[in-house]
Amino acid sequence: MTDEALKSELEKRGIFVTSLEDLYNWGRKNSLWPMQFGLACCAIEMIAAAAARFDMARFGAEVFRPSPRQADLMLVAGTVTKKMAPLVVRLYNQMPEPKYVIAMGACAISGGPFKEGYNVLKGIDRYIPVDVYIPGCPPRPEALLEGLITLQKKIEKQRLFGKTLPRHADPEAPTSYPVPAYGPHDLEPAYNPKVFCPPCPNTRE
Amino acid sequence: MSTLTPDNIISRIASALPNARVELVNNPSPSAQHALLVHRDDALQVAEFLRDDPELLLDYASDVSGVDYPEYLEAVYHLYSIRRKTGPITLKLRTGNRTDDARVPSLTPVWKSAEFQEREAYDLLGIRFEGHPDLRRLLMWDEFEDHPLRKDYVAPEDYEYEPTPHGAVAQKATAARAQ
Repeated sequence: MTDEALKSELEKRGIFVTSLEDLYNWGRKNSLWPMQFGLACCAIEMIAAAAARFDMARFGAEVFRPSPRQADLMLVAGTVTKKMAPLVVRLYNQMPEPKYVIAMGACAISGGPFKEGYNVLKGIDRYIPVDVYIPGCPPRPEALLEGLITLQKKIEKQRLFGKTLPRHADPEAPTSYPVPAYGPHDLEPAYNPKVFCPPCPNTRE
Repeated sequence: MSTLTPDNIISRIASALPNARVELVNNPSPSAQHALLVHRDDALQVAEFLRDDPELLLDYASDVSGVDYPEYLEAVYHLYSIRRKTGPITLKLRTGNRTDDARVPSLTPVWKSAEFQEREAYDLLGIRFEGHPDLRRLLMWDEFEDHPLRKDYVAPEDYEYEPTPHGAVAQKATAARAQ
């Protein structure tokens, strides 16, 4: 079912045609269950987005699960300290596929204002793959909803057959990532080279 | 309140504990919060005296912090009296040096509220509080070996280029570009 023109023509005449893939993606994009955990002040905005005024239930993501085994969206909401980072990676590993990660706020993206400090991880994307980045310090609930809608659009486009498979449908892709160890001076390793590549200083010129 | 000026406290200590070595450290700023510098070997008996003396009754240590000086490390205690509604009185202890003799006696047996804050000062500055019931790191992980708030602490080299370099980052970016 790839002929979009025929599809819309049929829809005008009252006939709805879809594919199993579209139906499947429509179902799961409107029922994302986030994991209920917050790391810093971004979590307060996450709570506000879930509460009555902004009401994340409108987008089907209101069922915050207190266990990673029941969640399929990890909202990394806040500063990831180096002491916390292995636990965040372990929680990610415990989530069932298909699973998605939203890095919420400057700290979860890059370390934010603590980037040059000694105790904050310079972005959770050093250890796990991130689907959507939401900038802000902290991002407002509207920004979180925008990030959620961006993720829904991404899920909608994921093809489950063919050559360009998303990570969770690719049998070659890993479903869990190595948990970093506490070292004498820093986390070991400082990043997972299969997930993260430090930006090259020469790309700017 | 007149009994609680540091001068008066020092004279009370001198009359009760004649062998204790206590000095006054003047604070020339407008706040004029002068401090008591107690020799570390006498710290425990002076602390017990400050807590139990009926005129002083400094029964609460609200704050323990560490200071890094070029020659020594310093633990600073801020003492209040809940019962007499007075304070703060600043109490300072100095270590022998910054490396192998970075020791002061723990005042946790005198003021229980000092326990976590002494652990924090041990974690971040490396002041070893002798007699502390549970001297483990508080903020960093147990395997961590450095003391990150010391001035000579060097963070692990984990350079990441930033799109808008400035200051030390600009110097690192230039050096990385030259390679």
